[in-house]
Amino acid sequence: MELFEKSIFEIREDIVSGKISCEEVTKYFIKRCEENKDLNAIIEIYDDAIEKAKEVDSKLARGESLGKLAGVPVAIKDNIFYKGKQVTCASKFMQGYVAPYSATVVEKLLAEDAVIIARTNMDEFAMGGSCEKSCYGPCHNAYNRDYVSGGSSGGSAVSVAAGLVPLAIGTDTGGSIRQPASYNGIVGIKPTYGTVSRYGIVAFASSLDQCSPLTKTISECEYVLKILAGKDERDQTSISNGFIAPENKKFKLGVCTEIIEKFKTMAGYKHFAEALEKLKQEFDIVEVSVPHVSNSLACYYILAPAEATSNLSRFDGVKYATRSENAISLNDVYVNSRTEGFGKEVKRRIMLGNFVLSSGFFDAYYGKAKKLQRLIKKEFKNAFADCDAIILPTTTGTAFKIGEKMVDPVSMYLEDLFTVPANIAGIPALVVPYAKENGLPIGMQFLADEQKEETLFAIAEKFKNIVEAQ
Amino acid sequence: MGLMQEYDIVMGLEIHAELATKTKVFCSCKNEFGDEPNTNTCPVCTGMPGALPVLNKRAVELAMKAGLSFGSKISKYTVFERKNYFYPDLSKAYQISQLVYPLNLGGGIKLSSGKFIRINRIHLEEDAGKLTHISKAVGTFVDYNRGGTPLIEMVTEPDFSSADEVVEFLKRVREILVFEDIARCRMEQGGMRCDVNLSVKRKGQTEFGTRTEMKNLNSFKSVQRAIEYEAKRQIEALSSGEVIIQETRKWDDDKGKSSSMRTKEEAQDYRYFPDPDILPLKITDADISTIKSEMVMLPEDRRKMYVETFGLPAYDAEILTTTKYISDYYENCVKLYNNPKKISNWIMVDLLKIIKDQGQTLDEAEFPVSEQNLCAIIKMTEDKLIGKNLGLELLAKVIETGKEPMLLAKDMGMLVTISDEEIISLLKRLKSENEKVGIDYKEEPEKISGFIVGYVMKNTGGKANSLKVKSLIPDVFND
Repeated sequence: MELFEKSIFEIREDIVSGKISCEEVTKYFIKRCEENKDLNAIIEIYDDAIEKAKEVDSKLARGESLGKLAGVPVAIKDNIFYKGKQVTCASKFMQGYVAPYSATVVEKLLAEDAVIIARTNMDEFAMGGSCEKSCYGPCHNAYNRDYVSGGSSGGSAVSVAAGLVPLAIGTDTGGSIRQPASYNGIVGIKPTYGTVSRYGIVAFASSLDQCSPLTKTISECEYVLKILAGKDERDQTSISNGFIAPENKKFKLGVCTEIIEKFKTMAGYKHFAEALEKLKQEFDIVEVSVPHVSNSLACYYILAPAEATSNLSRFDGVKYATRSENAISLNDVYVNSRTEGFGKEVKRRIMLGNFVLSSGFFDAYYGKAKKLQRLIKKEFKNAFADCDAIILPTTTGTAFKIGEKMVDPVSMYLEDLFTVPANIAGIPALVVPYAKENGLPIGMQFLADEQKEETLFAIAEKFKNIVEAQ
Repeated sequence: MGLMQEYDIVMGLEIHAELATKTKVFCSCKNEFGDEPNTNTCPVCTGMPGALPVLNKRAVELAMKAGLSFGSKISKYTVFERKNYFYPDLSKAYQISQLVYPLNLGGGIKLSSGKFIRINRIHLEEDAGKLTHISKAVGTFVDYNRGGTPLIEMVTEPDFSSADEVVEFLKRVREILVFEDIARCRMEQGGMRCDVNLSVKRKGQTEFGTRTEMKNLNSFKSVQRAIEYEAKRQIEALSSGEVIIQETRKWDDDKGKSSSMRTKEEAQDYRYFPDPDILPLKITDADISTIKSEMVMLPEDRRKMYVETFGLPAYDAEILTTTKYISDYYENCVKLYNNPKKISNWIMVDLLKIIKDQGQTLDEAEFPVSEQNLCAIIKMTEDKLIGKNLGLELLAKVIETGKEPMLLAKDMGMLVTISDEEIISLLKRLKSENEKVGIDYKEEPEKISGFIVGYVMKNTGGKANSLKVKSLIPDVFND
């Protein structure tokens, strides 16, 4: 078995048992990153990666016990702070910005002796679902380079899918982990809101953002998520996720009638319907109702830009990020720096956010969206009284061609239809691969009630066995 | 009737005070004035991407205490919101403040005239940094030390009708905030700031006129002057047929005039919305009782007690309640030694002189002697174990060495050591040396006895018990 095919567990075991050194592993994966540059998944390979790997080796040589991710090479999305390393959110605006401190997730990875080797491509400031809106150019799908990787965590998903790293970290505000995971045939989760600290991650929409791992398998996803999870004193919205274990029983899967009706006309429905049929062997399938689930999209495109516009205001050209050279007055500094620094999609969302927060419009947009969010949360709560998890497609179909949707932002936004409900409701959602069309993967999505990630992992394992048995 | 008398002035205030917390409101940086620029900063208060606010519980408690001090109702549910605007001193380009669900609602203060000024709200927010404009060539520097320090903003109803009322109100607010250790209110450092909203209307007219807001008022004096200037400006404008523009005006204390900063049309849309990084705060009755138990008797009530119960002059009561420290010190002394008048004298005259000589101001005064030691010295002088002058020397020595007064007095031989026989022989000497004393004593014994005691004290180096001396005078002079 090639090293890149191995799991996190196997790699760690090989290192700890002395079969291979961490240095060798790191060099191997760096080489894979370099050989696959054309995917444009990796933006930068950190120049101290081998140094860090040697530290793990000497720790082992000294007989010290090693952490849960000992020697595992990790790539992190370009919006996660790693002290002393450049971090740019794939934005022209942030070129040259060096993280002054490390994110909590980075500290946790390092505490478990992981070796962070690279940062990955993304849509600028995590705004986008194709990883085409990056100042570094688009990231390519691991299965077909003419197709998008999905996004915004496209670089992280492709890195794992193409075996450039065994583990990558991404963020998910409206599907940014799950959609590229689906497009690249890997596993991705958006945990319960607050499960993973947001400290040190450049905020997009603070009330929706979650950070989590992208891995090849469900068990790796679970393993790493539990390492990253935990209440953080530096993030007031973080929680102590209980990871409530499910009862040992036949699970009930809910099919959400309202949204599936919309799905029937879409490309991916055939695979979904087939899979659902197979699932009946192992699960009780029940119909559940979340009447306003489809309104999640409208809700999302009000709340997320509103928060984003405020979060991105700190990029003003005064303290950091690139100050326009054409700035004389203070107003020039703001206007020119932001005009020159931000990409088109980011500007679009800033405008949208400012509009919905404007005096006179606040109640009609933001206020109403917040009410709708409470309603959707309640509807999900009610639905979970009747089922253990809700099964949903991840996307309307497979990955699309690079450039295909660039001209039509609304059709791009519609791509988020199935992923945003979990963010709006703050509940966990797991994506696992199950089918392919024209050689491009498709992932299934499972949603559960707050802190019921364990239920999702258990259901997904059963699901995988059924799908693979065919 | 003059022009000014034909109009009523209507004013409301927005008062900002910096809370006396050790650390900032959303991070653990020091909340300290006057340090080197940008030394009390971190990723949170400099608005680094990815950094998140963590609410300082103490700031909330102090803001609640402010609410309780002014009779506000504490909200059981309070929300922090983002006030979005661009300015280089605002690192995140939004200020975390409160709009829809402020911490404290209502309350007010009764002025000496009996007029009640209503408070609309007192909320908690963060301060911005400080800009220093050097020159066009050199540029402008920003110091984020003040950025993220906790502020309360008090908004009053438009209940003021004169500058005197405003100044009295501000003085009362400052006194209470300082007394309760809520804020230091050092106006010259920007620790307390006041904006005045002012409009005028013809006497008898019911609807309010167009108001202006005046900023940059950093002393009671400038508040007074700015109000007088603005009221006059508006009245003159109206009476000559002009209209008042709703605007923000900046007061220039040197020039003694205000000028327009921005009009309503130029006003920002702050696009407030709840800060998603800070969870709404729920406050329980238990939280409120805890804060209440921390509260002290207010200066107003203390002064009343000093005058009515302790019999002090109003002036002394005023000075002794300058700060909570002085007032507490005085009351602790009275508890140790029940002689409120004498203690007041010692503090007012002697201790205040000492701290003045040390270069301390009354506002920041901390006495260099413990209440126990001060009381011991006062008691020794009252019991005539030691003369007043030696008592003062002893006080200086106690301050210098920190030693216990009684031991020190013994070591230094300050205590009364003169025997009755020695006193009698001195009295006899005086009688023989100065016949007039004997004659005067026969005439008016009370009048001359002070002189006689003084003679003995002088000739014993102050070590005779003056009471004893007094009691022995008749034995010698009535012969």
